[in-house]
Amino acid sequence: MTGLAFLIPVALLMGLGGLWAFFWALRSGQFEDLDGAAARILIEDEGEA
Amino acid sequence: MGAALQPVAPRPQTTTLVVPGMHCASCMGKVERGLTALAGVESARVNLSARQVSVRHGPALQEPDLVAALERIGFASQPRGADLAPPASAVKPLLAPLAVAGFACMNVMLLSVSIWSGAGGATRDLFHWLSAGIGIPAILYAGRVFFASAWGALKHGRTNMDVPISIGVLLATGLSVYETLTHGAEAWFDGTLMLLLFLLAGRVLDAMMRDRARAGVDALLRQAATGAMVVSKDGALQWLKARDLLPGMVIRIGAGERLAADGTLLTGETSLDRSLLTGESAPVTARAGDALHAGMLNLDRPVDVRVTAAGADTTLAEIARLMEAAGQHRSAYVRIADRASRLYAPAVHTLAAASFVGWMLAGAGVYHALVIAISVLIITCPCALGLAVPVAQVVAASALMRGGVMVKDGGALERIARIDTALLDKTGTLTLGRPMPDGAVLDGLPEDAAQVALALASHSRHPLSRALVEALTVRGVKAAKLADVVDVPGEGVRALWQGQRVALRRPDGAAASRGMVCVLDIENRPAWLIPFADRLRPDHQRAIGWLRDLGISAEILSGDRGQSVVDTACATGLFARAGMTPEGKQQAIAMLRNMGHRVLMVGDGLNDGPALAAADASIAPGSASDVGRQAADFVFMGDSLLALPRAVAGARATMRVVRQNFALAIGYNALAVPLAIFGFVTPLLAAVAMSTSSLIVIGNSLRLALPARWNQEEAA
Repeated sequence: MTGLAFLIPVALLMGLGGLWAFFWALRSGQFEDLDGAAARILIEDEGEA
Repeated sequence: MGAALQPVAPRPQTTTLVVPGMHCASCMGKVERGLTALAGVESARVNLSARQVSVRHGPALQEPDLVAALERIGFASQPRGADLAPPASAVKPLLAPLAVAGFACMNVMLLSVSIWSGAGGATRDLFHWLSAGIGIPAILYAGRVFFASAWGALKHGRTNMDVPISIGVLLATGLSVYETLTHGAEAWFDGTLMLLLFLLAGRVLDAMMRDRARAGVDALLRQAATGAMVVSKDGALQWLKARDLLPGMVIRIGAGERLAADGTLLTGETSLDRSLLTGESAPVTARAGDALHAGMLNLDRPVDVRVTAAGADTTLAEIARLMEAAGQHRSAYVRIADRASRLYAPAVHTLAAASFVGWMLAGAGVYHALVIAISVLIITCPCALGLAVPVAQVVAASALMRGGVMVKDGGALERIARIDTALLDKTGTLTLGRPMPDGAVLDGLPEDAAQVALALASHSRHPLSRALVEALTVRGVKAAKLADVVDVPGEGVRALWQGQRVALRRPDGAAASRGMVCVLDIENRPAWLIPFADRLRPDHQRAIGWLRDLGISAEILSGDRGQSVVDTACATGLFARAGMTPEGKQQAIAMLRNMGHRVLMVGDGLNDGPALAAADASIAPGSASDVGRQAADFVFMGDSLLALPRAVAGARATMRVVRQNFALAIGYNALAVPLAIFGFVTPLLAAVAMSTSSLIVIGNSLRLALPARWNQEEAA
């Protein structure tokens, strides 16, 4: 039972952390341009190395 | 120092340009780098899904500067008009509820599993309290979508699928709270949350498919110029947005620009591409005093135009209104999911109420009877039913998109599956809509003559010249070296080649009346006539044959008159009606509809707009005018007409899968409901049954993505 008292809050906090991260991503526009995000990694930077 | 020179930092502006030509990482890089290199540009950020770029820049730069900068690096772009801001995404407001439902569902399920595996006493109570603590806020938050829709329906005295969902969710939550308070053995937070999770997943899929298709189509839109260079009396030039143009103003239209308003030509002579308005690709010549319309493309040289009508008064806007009126009946179409729910909702309510009454009569207590009524409501809640339509449509739309057909919304798939008559426009639809030089004549040209022709044609923006350049380049011809090239708008291109006079010009006299022809002159040699014609799309025979196999009769409705329609009718073997006005096409469709036919309209031009809106379903080629693409339910890419039967066959396959899905979902209910009514359903059983039926429906829908018969070319 003492294990539960420790593990349940941990599980909930981790879940809430994930939920918060998702909301942050949603609000900061990470889902605005999914195609672009996929392609952006292939852009070659020509600026200073 | 810098601060002293610039006491006030110039306020940066943001301009959004639509760049339809971007489709890969290197395009994104080019556009962003090219714009950032421009003096006065602070930053440029591409949104590839929307094919747009947002530019933050100083006030010195104006829209035309940015468009010109993009043009230099090889991208056509248009400023995005405020009226064409992309519609708000339907997915985004659903993502947060979906995430909340998913989070809460996982955690509550974790607790429920330990209860099912035998946790008792204080532990069970603790877990129920925890479940309530997570579940109640999550249910209220994630369920808002359904509560709002159900309330909207109830307020107007109607009922929809969301009404039994809302009642079931709220009652189950209430009873679970009661169970928790009274140290009961079971609570239904897990089942309720899972229900919301599955239903939201269905909604998200449905919205996603609409968004995705629309993003592609929106990117292609917007052909009419959004502004014009206004010439004031003292000769000053100023760029004004289309909505700020007033009758009486004089605007200067450069070669290659589109008119932003209706007007009369003040000076000079030029040729215009009216394809946006008429679908007819052959350019027409306009002289001083002629009336011009918004949307026409100036081909030859800069001209001044006095505005006679702007904004909502233009011919373009009038046709748009005609289309809006024509599209009214389409909103009256009831989607299959809504039709099902009309039957479904009352049935569920009746069943739940009947089991409550039945158990009361049988002598059970109010509490017991209520528990059973709720489990009936929950178990019949249309999880699988809610997924049945959207999943199938999303999968089919992706498969069709890979085959070059873009689907604008799921309702269109349902409507096109039922059509039995197809009406096709001629120019730009059955044909490619652009002039092509006669291949036999080009093959007959001596090599040096072909080289001269290519060199001359490359100096002109005229559509015939461009087509000639394209055709000769494909044949591997290299351009000859020319000197003293003169492009005389409306006449042709003249030059010197190895000391001889050469010209590519329009024919004079008798030859001029023979349709689209151009003449290649080389000094001391006979002149060559190069005829141009609008060719039929490749595969038109097979496409029409496939349509016939699908039981669809096709017919041509053309705005053209005369021989070209007859030729097309002979070549395709279809019945044709010529000289149809936009209203005439619309009436023809209305007549067929009144006779009980379901009509598919295929067209491209602005003149097809009302007909596209009036038909049961409509398809436009990707080369169509923006109005055509906007009015159509489907847009097909590429030249092949096979996209037409493929869309119909795909839609029919989708409807078959949708019907199977309904059968599966209802079959599940037929099994589970009696169990629920007789009180044998535990929360565990409900949870398992619900997920299983949803997964089966998803699996069945995924079959549409397999390379099925409808997705390949016609077998026969």
